[in-house]
Amino acid sequence: MRELSYVQALNEAIREEMSRDEKVFMLGEDIAGVHGGAFKVSKGLTEEFGPERIRNTPISEAVIIGAALGAAITGMRPIAELMYLDFSAVAMDQIVNQAAKIRYMLGGQSRVPLVIRGQGGSGRGNAAQHSQSLEAWFCHIPGLIVIQPSTPYDAKGLLKSAIRNDNPVMFIEHKMLYSSKGLVPEEEYLVPIGKAEIKRAGTDVTIIATSWMVFRALGAAEQLAADGVDAEVIDPRTLVPLDKETILSSVRKTNRAVVVHEATRFSGIGAEIAAMIQEEAFDDLDAPVFRLGGKFTPIPFSPVLEKSAIPTQEEIVAAVKALL
Amino acid sequence: MHIADLSLGILGANGIVAGGIPIAVGAALSARLRGTDQVVACFFGDAAVNQGAFHEGVNLAAAWKLPVVFVCENNLYGVSTRITETFPLEKIADRAAGYGIPGVTVDGNDVLAVYKAAQEAVGRARDGKGPALLVGDTYRWEGHFYGEPGLYRTKEELESWKAADPIPRFAGYLAEKGWGAEVERIAGEVKDEVERAARFAIESPLPDPATLLDNVFVPF
Ligand SMILES: Cc1ncc(C[n+]2csc(CCOP(=O)(O)OP(=O)(O)O)c2C)c(N)n1
Ligand SMILES: [Mg+2]
Repeated sequence: MRELSYVQALNEAIREEMSRDEKVFMLGEDIAGVHGGAFKVSKGLTEEFGPERIRNTPISEAVIIGAALGAAITGMRPIAELMYLDFSAVAMDQIVNQAAKIRYMLGGQSRVPLVIRGQGGSGRGNAAQHSQSLEAWFCHIPGLIVIQPSTPYDAKGLLKSAIRNDNPVMFIEHKMLYSSKGLVPEEEYLVPIGKAEIKRAGTDVTIIATSWMVFRALGAAEQLAADGVDAEVIDPRTLVPLDKETILSSVRKTNRAVVVHEATRFSGIGAEIAAMIQEEAFDDLDAPVFRLGGKFTPIPFSPVLEKSAIPTQEEIVAAVKALL
Repeated sequence: MHIADLSLGILGANGIVAGGIPIAVGAALSARLRGTDQVVACFFGDAAVNQGAFHEGVNLAAAWKLPVVFVCENNLYGVSTRITETFPLEKIADRAAGYGIPGVTVDGNDVLAVYKAAQEAVGRARDGKGPALLVGDTYRWEGHFYGEPGLYRTKEELESWKAADPIPRFAGYLAEKGWGAEVERIAGEVKDEVERAARFAIESPLPDPATLLDNVFVPF
């Protein structure tokens, strides 16, 4: 199998789906032409599909999402790019009050084959307004599918599934993962929405981690292995709908769970996962479920402060050891 | 990026395109309510005029005749996207008609033209006649960010704008008027000040991680 970077995998997913279905098109800021997007996800696509299908928009997030929604309910399958997921705040009415609810409010008449892609997270010195992890906002809104891929394989397979899905999908990439590499098959494949993956099998503790934190969890698991602790690492990949079964069956085996995400710990998705485990696997737990998440602060600009705002590998190791 | 000094009335540059425009309108409203004769100058790029925040902000300022001068630096591109791709009118200043306020286009590389237009707009705002939209045509020499290659524009275009550099242009004008020595003195002072500031930044210690949560809230 060949290696691709996360950004190449996303690019290939879009290219394949645009070739397969002429209704698929893309709109967003600076995505067209030689520039090919702030993070180069659409590089080369204008040359291949033309400017009608790879459309540069004004800096107008509300109409990027709203126009994509209007196109989606009238027969097209748009992919709307938000350059930074932080800018979803500018488009929140169109996402939350419109896209998420339109099918329900119209008594099931419409389908909303809309993908809203963008990247979040810290690590690049992009500061408070360009570094947030906002997935919990979207998880709280019934009607939105929420996906957070961590590997190139998952990024490609899940993006293809998202494009083919008839519901609005928040597809949340991570700025620190674009250049990461992984194996991606030449032949076509899909990753199903709503399926978690065990990224490392283990018997002593379950670490549930999302996005960039998957790699810190895997690093922590290696460190723990040296101390004789065998950690299982689960990446939910899709937050809504959440694959409870994969998480619960792991916890039933390991009897301990730590949830790790970069988003602010308070009111984060980890609270939902921890509560779910305690409701549905209480008798299997040997220790309370522990949550690790971002500190309750905007992401600071200074690299020293930025690093200390989110969970580290060492903190994951320490959290696991405290549960044993 | 977030350059600000509230003691000087500088409310801060913004990481969100057009995010500062409604805030400027609020500062102008506050100036009115507090009974000062302050006028707010609000700066943004050509790409900001297509945000809802721009329309909402300018409309409200116009409807309430608030003392704001909206200053658009039109350098023809928002990141890589040329203004003609995303903006349908001939001139950005033409937008002003839709809000019933003056819209003025000046050569943004001509210091005196900008000064004169700003003086008029500020005077009008201070007299209670409401906002104006002032557009300065200019260019960005560098990429949108450091290291961005700028493949979307031609070398010829860049060179022609470099030839219109406002600084030597104005310095030349002043020299003609016999102010050459004064210009050199000021340029030297500014260079020293910038170097001192850079040295201060480089020599300052990195922040203590213990300060991470400072300023999230006002203590209460
Ligand atoms: C709401 C929002 N959308 C997108 C961006 C990303 N972005 C930063 S600057 C910019 C272009 C701004 O263009 P302009 O104001 O003309 O500035 P210039 O590129 O000329 O410096 C974009 C798209 C942002 N910071 N905020
Ligand atoms: Mg510009």
